[in-house]
Amino acid sequence: MTFFLFFALVGIGLFTLGLYAVIVHPHLLRKILAVNVMGSGVFLLLVALAKRSDSVDPVPHAMVITGIVVAISATALAVILMLRVKGETGRVKLPETPQE
Amino acid sequence: MTLLPLIFDGVLGFTLLWLAWQLLGSPDLFRAIVLFIAFGLLMALIWVRLDAPDVALAEAAIGAGLTGALLLAALARLGPPSETASLDNQGDRASVAEGGGLPFRRWLVALHLVLACGLGYAVMSLPSAAPGLSDAVANSLALSGVSNPVTAVLLNFRAYDTLLEMGVLLLALLAVWSLGSTPDAPPDDQPVGGVLALLARLLTPLLLLVAGYLLWVGGRAPGGAFQAGSVLGAAGVLLVLAGWRLGRRFAQLPLRIMLVAGLVLFMAVGLFVMLVGGDFLTYPHASAGGLILLIEAAATLSIGMILAALFLGIRPDSRADQ
Repeated sequence: MTFFLFFALVGIGLFTLGLYAVIVHPHLLRKILAVNVMGSGVFLLLVALAKRSDSVDPVPHAMVITGIVVAISATALAVILMLRVKGETGRVKLPETPQE
Repeated sequence: MTLLPLIFDGVLGFTLLWLAWQLLGSPDLFRAIVLFIAFGLLMALIWVRLDAPDVALAEAAIGAGLTGALLLAALARLGPPSETASLDNQGDRASVAEGGGLPFRRWLVALHLVLACGLGYAVMSLPSAAPGLSDAVANSLALSGVSNPVTAVLLNFRAYDTLLEMGVLLLALLAVWSLGSTPDAPPDDQPVGGVLALLARLLTPLLLLVAGYLLWVGGRAPGGAFQAGSVLGAAGVLLVLAGWRLGRRFAQLPLRIMLVAGLVLFMAVGLFVMLVGGDFLTYPHASAGGLILLIEAAATLSIGMILAALFLGIRPDSRADQ
């Protein structure tokens, strides 16, 4: 197995771990962390697959750089939304049971 | 072919997965965020291994640095750990252990395993050698005005994406500013430790220098507007942490002009080349290098200011009004 394929699989692992954590954890900050891990997994997959030839494909690299910058702006927005939820309801976790 | 790179890659990859597992499962949120910063640094190493130094620079500045600072600041604003965080963490841990019902949890794990296997199978069945668009980029690199292929893609071949992305950054800032005035905004006049103040004074000129260098070198070597802008944003975050705020005179119009400068200049150049007789954002070959540097300079300034403003989270002039 070539090493870029290994990193592509690691990327898939990160994506799946992150997705699981987004669903399972009720704390909003943890969900933000998990979405960031998911994003890192996707970036890793893209860049690993860009290395499938001797001359590295620069297009996915450019995509990932834009992606990193968009990810941090989305994170900042999510953080503000979380603080707003905390301010409005006094809690930072989603309720466990829907009938609350 | 030695064994050493193989071992190195294996250790990197598995450590990354282990870190992700730890940071998502750790009951202590502070620990989770610190692990996330380590995760970002490890990602930067992997980008270097994958021959993506441009991505590594952006990741080291943003993924590891700015995101970590942003999340730590958010954790601090959530309240003292004795009241909210520890209760939340206990709840968090309990819900991981049993909440949501065990059968549901089992189904979820099974579903995710199926998803991972499916994605893994899809990746393994891809052709193992695919040049992608690298040949196309290499062939027209001479016409782009720069010699770094990633910068050429970002600011010439796919300039549209980058233009829209500047718009996304600005939209995020608008949304943050609209929602920003949270009731528990951080107190403004916290005393700042001497070490932090000294560090900010020492590092800020250095960061400015690095940002300028990355901007200048981006045309022919790893670097460019995004990397330079994120270093500039890091300098801004450091200044914010050290208690420095924009003066009232600059917090109104001058700040807003700097925030939109990148996007406006980008669009102006795009429209200008239409006047000269081309398509939108299709620079003439002779002046492409200069135009790209001009756009990048404005974009660097805007990205840096936007990132610092996103970190601050509230309108800099909102307190002046009160």
